[in-house]
Amino acid sequence: MSGFLLRRLFHAVVTMVVAVSLIFIAMRLLPGNPLVAKFGQHPDAEQMQRIIHEQGWDQPILSQLGRFLHQLATTGDFGESISRSNENVSGELARRIPATIELTVVAMMLAIPLGVAAGITAAVWRNRWPDRLCMAGAMLGVSVPVFFLGICLRAVFTGMPIGFRLPAFIIDFEPITEFYLLDTLLQQRFDLFATACRHICLPALALSSIPMSIIARITRSSMLEVLGADFVRTGRAKGASSWRVVMRHALPNAAAPIVNIAGFQIGLLLSGAVLTETVFDWPGMGKYVVDAVRENDYVIVQAGAFVIAAIFVSANLTVDLLYLWLDPRVRTS
Amino acid sequence: MRSADTIETPKQRAWVRLRRSSSARTGSIVVFGFLLMAVFGHWLAPYAPDSRDATVAAPSGPSATHWLGVDANEKDVLSRVIYGSRLSLFAGLVSITFAVALGAPAGAVAGFFGGWAETIIMRTIDIALAFPSILIALLVATAYKPGWSAVIIAVGLINVPVFARQVRVTVLTLRNLDYVTASRALGASPLHILRRVILPGIVNPVVVLATMGLGAAILEVAGLSFLGVGGDPTEPEWGSMLAQAKDHLSSSVWPAVGPGVAISLAILGFNLLGDGLRDALDPRLGES
Repeated sequence: MSGFLLRRLFHAVVTMVVAVSLIFIAMRLLPGNPLVAKFGQHPDAEQMQRIIHEQGWDQPILSQLGRFLHQLATTGDFGESISRSNENVSGELARRIPATIELTVVAMMLAIPLGVAAGITAAVWRNRWPDRLCMAGAMLGVSVPVFFLGICLRAVFTGMPIGFRLPAFIIDFEPITEFYLLDTLLQQRFDLFATACRHICLPALALSSIPMSIIARITRSSMLEVLGADFVRTGRAKGASSWRVVMRHALPNAAAPIVNIAGFQIGLLLSGAVLTETVFDWPGMGKYVVDAVRENDYVIVQAGAFVIAAIFVSANLTVDLLYLWLDPRVRTS
Repeated sequence: MRSADTIETPKQRAWVRLRRSSSARTGSIVVFGFLLMAVFGHWLAPYAPDSRDATVAAPSGPSATHWLGVDANEKDVLSRVIYGSRLSLFAGLVSITFAVALGAPAGAVAGFFGGWAETIIMRTIDIALAFPSILIALLVATAYKPGWSAVIIAVGLINVPVFARQVRVTVLTLRNLDYVTASRALGASPLHILRRVILPGIVNPVVVLATMGLGAAILEVAGLSFLGVGGDPTEPEWGSMLAQAKDHLSSSVWPAVGPGVAISLAILGFNLLGDGLRDALDPRLGES
């Protein structure tokens, strides 16, 4: 098993390094000049040359890449933004990553229980109205784009706050981890916790719709497979209640595909987060990276790409570990 | 009357299953509706997509003259939704064709030949999958000359892994089947086996995936243009219409409803049709 883990870890690291290197090289090979965003249409040639030299963009691409990877491995510093003067990218990302992760986690906390509950309901009452209702909802959920759902939610819940994680006028709060929901609880500021919940609930609800629907569909089919198995019949025969049969006998055996698909959703959630952050003006890193791509800001894009790949790869690793824990067959193979 | 035992060939059985499937029926009606809208848009739309109506307050909700309201630029939302179907369907179709054309051969080669070809292809796909697709699409769409062709290429590229993976898995299953071994034993060349023996087996899963992929591609095209990466923003396109409506939400939500419902319905239609096709063409896929 440790061999399997080491192999997976090695794969994860290689995937990340290659992926980030590709983005690094692609940004430099493709047309588009980041300095245009900084200087506009009438740049000062001398100043531009100075910046190009300072940033090392006149060096061969591979040596630039080597320097970037070395700097990243030794100091963890991504450098300064090109288009936004004097903005330290690492510092800005450190503020924005928690916002995106918090949004994604809350969305998953909505999507997993509700999706699993809908899937179980559909499987238990197969081909009856609860099944049809849940599956119609799931079909609708995967079909409505997250940015349209976000707009609808904004239009319906007009009283809900948009654009910040907490109101700007709150000055007596110093975040510890930058995860506001956690920080407010740690500091026992329950009033602020409630406010932070109000800020995050609409974006998280919009973001959760697609994973929730997919999880519901997978749970249904996985449960249907298990509910027909012999051990479930045995469970019923020995007089266990329906609730116990479903929750204790069937669900743990149906869990592996659900965990797998839930992990796979993290990539989709990060894609969705980019769009959700745009609809709700959420100050996360999705919107930050999107703006940087448009401005050709190499520094922000490669930093963002690195962080996104890191989150994605570690999520997949976690899923593999959970899989090992859930399915003894994988453990022994 | 045709008796049940005359339904013999797999094609006939699939056709019967397809006609019986309610999701396939609903899906095809919706998809057909959008096709009609795209082809006959200029007859169906009450106004030209760029004509302005200065007599109404903009943006505003439905009225007798503008059934889906008027956007912030005083343009009729219904007409723009109808004209927008052309770009969305066209972009979806071309990008999925592109994805199939690249992904299916890559998956077939990886699955059939194995070895280093498989390692290179599958590792490349793993790396591509290490990023949220929208980020890759954004990079491609921005870096290439901005416009719809860039969006189409970007959406096509992010869908390549979907087809490559499915085709590889299918080929892996097929290549060990008896009839493939038989044709190998008869001395058929690898290319012949791939073309004449394996290819017919991968058509069905690819058709199902492509149908569902069309919905996803329409969504991705709309998503990219919602983020402001696309062609001319004044052109009628569902994603950019939504982006514009978002900026005027405080005045009226109506300009968002038309394009939003159109995108959702189109995706729903392709998903339903894909579900029905899957059940009809490959019942085992539905069970797994």
